[in-house]
Amino acid sequence: MGSVRVEEAVGQVVLPGDVLLIPSQSPDAPLSLSGAQQTSRIKVVCGPGLLRRGDDLQVCKCGLLKHRDPAVYWVDSQQKRYVPVKGDHIIGIVTTKSGDVFKVDIGGSEQASLSFLAFEGATKKNRPNVKVGDLVYGQFIVANKDMEPELVCIDSSGKANGMGVIGQDGFMFKVSLGLVRKLLTPQNDIIQEMMNIYPLEIVIGMNGRIWTKAKTIQQTLIVANLLEACEYLTGTQRKNVFARFADNVV
Amino acid sequence: MFWSTKATEMCLQQTNLICFCPFMQRSLDAETKKQMEEDEKRIISDEHWYLDLPELKEKESFIIEERSFHPCEDFLYGRMSFKGFNPEVEKLMVQMNSKADAEDVVEEGKMDVDITDEEMAQRYESLVKSIQKKFAKKRDQKVLDEDENQNVKSSKMKKTFLKPQD
Repeated sequence: MGSVRVEEAVGQVVLPGDVLLIPSQSPDAPLSLSGAQQTSRIKVVCGPGLLRRGDDLQVCKCGLLKHRDPAVYWVDSQQKRYVPVKGDHIIGIVTTKSGDVFKVDIGGSEQASLSFLAFEGATKKNRPNVKVGDLVYGQFIVANKDMEPELVCIDSSGKANGMGVIGQDGFMFKVSLGLVRKLLTPQNDIIQEMMNIYPLEIVIGMNGRIWTKAKTIQQTLIVANLLEACEYLTGTQRKNVFARFADNVV
Repeated sequence: MFWSTKATEMCLQQTNLICFCPFMQRSLDAETKKQMEEDEKRIISDEHWYLDLPELKEKESFIIEERSFHPCEDFLYGRMSFKGFNPEVEKLMVQMNSKADAEDVVEEGKMDVDITDEEMAQRYESLVKSIQKKFAKKRDQKVLDEDENQNVKSSKMKKTFLKPQD
């Protein structure tokens, strides 16, 4: 594809190495002498899958180029490998308990550390009840390529806000990162249809892990299988499947 | 004849060499000294300290790199519960998913206030006074009271002997 203008590539497939040109300035913008030319140019945000290359963007992942106003561009790609990003909410598995920190498997290249003080209401005397093998829903506060990622289970005001150890039972499975993002977009079809089946609970981590729980083990497994299947089902196929369960089980 | 000229040439060369030796420096004539100093100065002038490179300009970048999907897509809260399976989570869902909308509203309009700024100022004024009273010593407290009542009280306070009427 070589180099094309960004607007033309939106919604198209882009490949690593492609260069997307950002128009320097709209030609019909009024000229001014007082340096307004610089401010008239909007800041472009290049999200995941894009790199800055001088004044243009370079693609580094293959997928569909997405755009959001005013000037946010990113590549929606299918991948299974999770790379920690600061601020992401993920599901981790506690693997070891060493002194003051827990080591948590996050599905990335390195285990994350989780301080025992990073739980709601935890103090040095009042330790949180976390065991090896527990699932925790947490948020990254440190995540970069040079340092060990660090998780917390509280927000900036010290509240748990749903983070922490995920309850007993339930079932955790892995899906692709693309599906996770699809599930988390507001007003998406899958969740809308899921609401109507039967009482259930889902926890979705940005690292591709999903935990589900329903009233019985059978129901839990049905939800898990449905979600796993969503990856490869078309919209109509999915509707058929969901409709069947909406009638039968309840 | 030929021999002698060669010998004299060699002699001259040697004397020149000896002249440049450090222990013979004093015998150098003023002119050569000056010339040497000038040479040195020329080497270490101001330009000596600058690199001969094109000027580096700091360019303002209009591109912000972002490694997270969050600013790109407004994701929902990751915990969900439906049909009352986990009421706590359902409450959280409403709270967290409405947060994004609520923030916009607050930014746009002025914050709703129960107490106006003027009311606040009045409240503080009285508060300052009462606190001041608390920390003042007894003697000062009297003065404060007097100030407040503008000497109305003091006139009352002055007790004089009243002669009983017959």
